[in-house]
Amino acid sequence: MVMEIVCPAGTPAALRAAVKAGAHTIYCGFADETNARNFPGLNFSRAEMAEGIAFAHARGAKVLVAINTYPRAGDESLWHAAVADAETAGADAVILADLGLLAYAAGNHPNLRRHLSVQAAAANADIINFYGAEFGVKRVVLPRVLSVPEIAAINKETEIETEVFVFGGLCVMAEGRCSLSSYATGLSPNMNGVCSPASHVDYVEDAGALSAKLGGYTIHAVGADEPAPYPTLCKGCFTAGEKTAHLFEDPVSLNAEHLIPQLAKAGVTALKIEGRQRSRSYVAQVVKNFRAAVEAVDQGRALPEGMLARLSEGQAVTTGAYKKTWR
Amino acid sequence: MELTVGPNQFFWKAEEWGALYQDLATAPVERLVLGELVCSKRLPFYQNAILPALETLVDAGKEVLLTSLALVTLKRERKMTAELAEAGVEVEINDLTALAHLPEGARFAVGPLVNVYNEGTLAWLATKGAKRVCLPPELPLASVETLVRAGQEMGLAVEVWGHGRVPLAISGRCYHARLHGRIKDNCLFACEDDPDGLEVDTTDGKPFLSMNGVQTLSDSCASMAYQIETLRDIGVSALRLSPQSVGFVETCGLYRRRLNGEIDADTLSDELVKVSGGMRLSDGFLTGERGADWSGKAA
Repeated sequence: MVMEIVCPAGTPAALRAAVKAGAHTIYCGFADETNARNFPGLNFSRAEMAEGIAFAHARGAKVLVAINTYPRAGDESLWHAAVADAETAGADAVILADLGLLAYAAGNHPNLRRHLSVQAAAANADIINFYGAEFGVKRVVLPRVLSVPEIAAINKETEIETEVFVFGGLCVMAEGRCSLSSYATGLSPNMNGVCSPASHVDYVEDAGALSAKLGGYTIHAVGADEPAPYPTLCKGCFTAGEKTAHLFEDPVSLNAEHLIPQLAKAGVTALKIEGRQRSRSYVAQVVKNFRAAVEAVDQGRALPEGMLARLSEGQAVTTGAYKKTWR
Repeated sequence: MELTVGPNQFFWKAEEWGALYQDLATAPVERLVLGELVCSKRLPFYQNAILPALETLVDAGKEVLLTSLALVTLKRERKMTAELAEAGVEVEINDLTALAHLPEGARFAVGPLVNVYNEGTLAWLATKGAKRVCLPPELPLASVETLVRAGQEMGLAVEVWGHGRVPLAISGRCYHARLHGRIKDNCLFACEDDPDGLEVDTTDGKPFLSMNGVQTLSDSCASMAYQIETLRDIGVSALRLSPQSVGFVETCGLYRRRLNGEIDADTLSDELVKVSGGMRLSDGFLTGERGADWSGKAA
């Protein structure tokens, strides 16, 4: 079976572009803090969601609605409404991370398919099967801490479908278990759907150096004429002991296109592309490449030559934890 | 309010690990959580010290729990986690995998590394048998207040992060190994040299984070010194104190004196800095703009 390409859409235009480019499935979110890409100018109103889903369904594509932040105490109704509205809009599934929200969705919307978000960081077969038994989860998006052999081992021990990230931004920490961003800025992926938010970024020029700061902390410093990468906290340059370096991760993004045959062999159902904040032309290009790749793998042909490097952040790419030596 | 000593987050030699709990047997704390939270590779080095420590503490009248790992991926880690349920000691789950192994209806506690952000999650955990939850350190006061109230209705005690470097992230990658040009499988236990984590500074020299193997913590030590009355008034049941290598027993005593009204917040924070040898303090997650902020007087 051809592996499913799961593609991000931050706007209705990106959704249509992804469907036309051949994405099997689109994931998107409502324009509020219920989803983990809560950026200004992104995401869908209720009406846009219904229209987008109708557009996708008419062309044989599915739409998943990500409601994958952790509901705020006292305000859970906002997240409950998002689940109800996703069902009303015709979503093929919701992508959830919070235990309380999973229990709510399973109890109140039993016919709405539930996927487990990467933000739940379910990293072994025991916990994946537990989510299946407790909440009827049908698919789990695996955290970016696992090697390909570990993914294969998980698939041998579970009936629940697995989806893995293959392209785009790379979390270095276990997803949904990181409060680095709120330590420096007060805003976090879990609570606010943002990481290293632009609202807290400053570029400061001093003595021929350009510092990119987040919440007042210098994340990178480069020569004034060098390109300054965005100050994503975990990809910053810091000093520990005698060493100054990118101690956590280099400013790289994930590209696992060459691992697609191995991921297929490992029993992975779906390949996920990160980037709801990306343009529709980017999305369309990435989808075309990955669609061609999964069809080649399905037909036993060699992978088409890599076309994706130029789309990657700062040109530098990694296969992350899929190779054990990354750890 | 009670005092709970959380699991030691760092890698200490077995003698030092054991000595801490010997000393804590007479410290004014109600409860201690023992075991390995951060890295399964560390456990064999002090595993044999756990049972004696546990017995000493129970004999001293303390409540003792065993923690699960914070991130369970390997086969050996899954086995370790399953075996926890058979130890006959109440388990504090810090990865939900541990809950999957507990017998139906067993009483358990929930540690700060499980995402408990709202009443729905609290209620679900209560139906599973949770009796005590230490909330994630990043929660603001308004959330803590709502969750304490909800917990009271469910018969569930709510605890907050009271003192210690804040656990901010856990990863598949070992940063100590990376720093030394190694990989996790061949780490040579680089984290052993840093019993409170290794300070990570910005390139312009500002202390920022702390590296502890696969874990990243704050550089600053969170302290609820100035929030004691507020937390008590809203019904928080306990403060969690996280072990540090210098002055920890004194630290427990200082918090007890503060809870008893014998010292004020200024004195507590001054003394905390003194007994630890100069740590920086923060309490911003609870009441500030951001986690790193400190509401007390400048150091």
